[in-house]
Amino acid sequence: MRKKATTAGVPQAKANLRNRVVNQLERFGMLILIFLLLLVVPLSLDTFRLGLAAKYLCFAFPAVGIVLFWGYGGILSLGQGVFFGMGSYMMAMFLKLESAANPDSSSGTALAAFFGSAGLPDFMVWNSIEQLPWFWEPFHHVWITIPAIIILPPLIAFVLSYMNFRNRVSGVYFTIVTLAFAAIMAIVIIGQQGYTGGINGITDFKTFLGLDLDTSQAKYVMYYITAVLLVLAVFAGRFILKSRLGKVLVAIRDQEDRARFSGYDAAMFKAFIFAVGALFASVGGAMFTIQVGLASPSLVGIVPSIEMVIYAAVGGRLSLIGAVYGAIMVNGAKTFFSENFVEYWTFFIGGMYVFVVMFLPLGLAGILDRIRGAAKHNGRTDE
Amino acid sequence: MLAMQAFTGLSVFSILMLMALGLAIVFGLMRVINMAHGELMAMGAYTTYGTSLLFEAYFPSLMGIYFLVGVVLAFCTTFVFGYFLERSLIRFLYERPLDTMLATWGVGLILQQCYRQFINPRPVSVPTASWLQGVWQVTDDISFPMSRIFIIALAFVTALLVYLLLHKTRWGLLIRAVTQNREMSGAVGINQHRVDAYTFALGCGLAGIAGSSFTMLASTAPDTGQAYIVDTFIVVVFGGVESLLGTILSAAVIGQLQTWLEFYLSGSMARAGILLLVILVLYFRPNGLFATKVRR
Repeated sequence: MRKKATTAGVPQAKANLRNRVVNQLERFGMLILIFLLLLVVPLSLDTFRLGLAAKYLCFAFPAVGIVLFWGYGGILSLGQGVFFGMGSYMMAMFLKLESAANPDSSSGTALAAFFGSAGLPDFMVWNSIEQLPWFWEPFHHVWITIPAIIILPPLIAFVLSYMNFRNRVSGVYFTIVTLAFAAIMAIVIIGQQGYTGGINGITDFKTFLGLDLDTSQAKYVMYYITAVLLVLAVFAGRFILKSRLGKVLVAIRDQEDRARFSGYDAAMFKAFIFAVGALFASVGGAMFTIQVGLASPSLVGIVPSIEMVIYAAVGGRLSLIGAVYGAIMVNGAKTFFSENFVEYWTFFIGGMYVFVVMFLPLGLAGILDRIRGAAKHNGRTDE
Repeated sequence: MLAMQAFTGLSVFSILMLMALGLAIVFGLMRVINMAHGELMAMGAYTTYGTSLLFEAYFPSLMGIYFLVGVVLAFCTTFVFGYFLERSLIRFLYERPLDTMLATWGVGLILQQCYRQFINPRPVSVPTASWLQGVWQVTDDISFPMSRIFIIALAFVTALLVYLLLHKTRWGLLIRAVTQNREMSGAVGINQHRVDAYTFALGCGLAGIAGSSFTMLASTAPDTGQAYIVDTFIVVVFGGVESLLGTILSAAVIGQLQTWLEFYLSGSMARAGILLLVILVLYFRPNGLFATKVRR
């Protein structure tokens, strides 16, 4: 140790600089993120690219949730798309009913008026359903829809996961259960075409609370709402992790039995963090539907659910901010590939899973950590 | 009618069993979740497809037995692939089961795209051998297609072979030893890494057989495997990962249930119902329905 200290004169200075840069990055990571999301992105992109950015940010919500329960709770869910889909579909139901209620703004309603079923969503008319199903009724009102988006998915996530965790269904078993849920939801949505829009999903929305969604003004408003909500989600995640609850969670992740013997209800903690993840996913899904104008089973099933895990994995499973960058980068890559050579996208993302797991288990944030770790190590020899 | 239903159930059961056997070995004995299992089935199916093309071109007189050759070749291909997959990827991840899921999912996606790009993006199907095209007419109302009977026979023979391999041969002894006590088996001089590699390869090979037999029922598309993966997992988890017998029993239960539910509900709703039911059962029996061990 001492020997190193005497010889490490010049690299030391370099390491210190590096150390400082990385520390600043970490300290100001949040500020940089806010700066990027609220100023750089909206000011530098045209409306089309802004829409894409907004879409990517929506996918960052479930990714932030995955960091919370995967990175810190040790629970891997391959069914995050279920909750994303719940938020997405609830918002879609509201938007669809609003569009259907304003006849002159919706193309399908001329047909609906002809069949005497005005006020019904167009796809129900096509499937010859004459009465609005009961579970659509509450979504006439925005003040039921928004609380439902915030409360229902976490509640369902909590109940489902608590029952599992209490019976010590954990690890890969729980993961398979989440996989099954993703499969069930996709199957039901596709199977019940008359009630859910089937494989085509629910689409063709006009307004949100009277705001025409096609105008660029609406696009900016929605982008800002999404960005602010995302920053709030990251802050909330940070708050949870910094609190005692977060520490207990990590303890449960590393030594579940020991934490349980110390008197903590491990199942409760794990179910709670899983529910938080579901909440974020649901909000992301709702914002997605408003901005992209689509709720689709292709965002619910197994494939998209597992894709959401890669967002968190690329950014770093222990980094909330990393999840945001991960979601933006993976989705950016997806857009890039589908614009240029679509056939290589699957190769790319498949390779990504293998590469990240094998060589970058802590993702991009892990690279930062490694640089800082090296710097720290050098710093210690100094003493 | 009743007999037909039961037969369909038996047929679904044999397919589920074929799919789940390989996974049960890899998951139950090695605790590795292979999400690429479905793609390995597709690999077996494509191997059979390739064999049929080969026979058509060079030995048209032997078309009758090409399928048997195809099954063997499918096993060999996936066995070799599984061996190299274990050596190059899986063995580094034994300590991280959740990460294994992600990595193997990635492998599955890559395989899928390979099929799409290098074989055929559209579904392919194989010719059925003439002796499998017939129908066994039991009575006027009851008739069983020969191909289904063949698959049922194949499934049972495979299950029997796996049982014999695991319980009556030296290799099986080694596999069980490593499974039960890794450190101790290492201490008495068993090369665990070799056993791991061959066990994994065996599981993959069984996927190949399953895929091969699928070609007789349906055409093979690049994403065929993905459609089956959840059902396969569910069968294994439902039966309890400890025993092969549990897997076989659970395949029987799920196969029959699915058939009967499909009789009353639409096909997709029946699938959803099965999944839901299995999840419910897991609440009450987290170790699986047929797990004998209570101790953990």
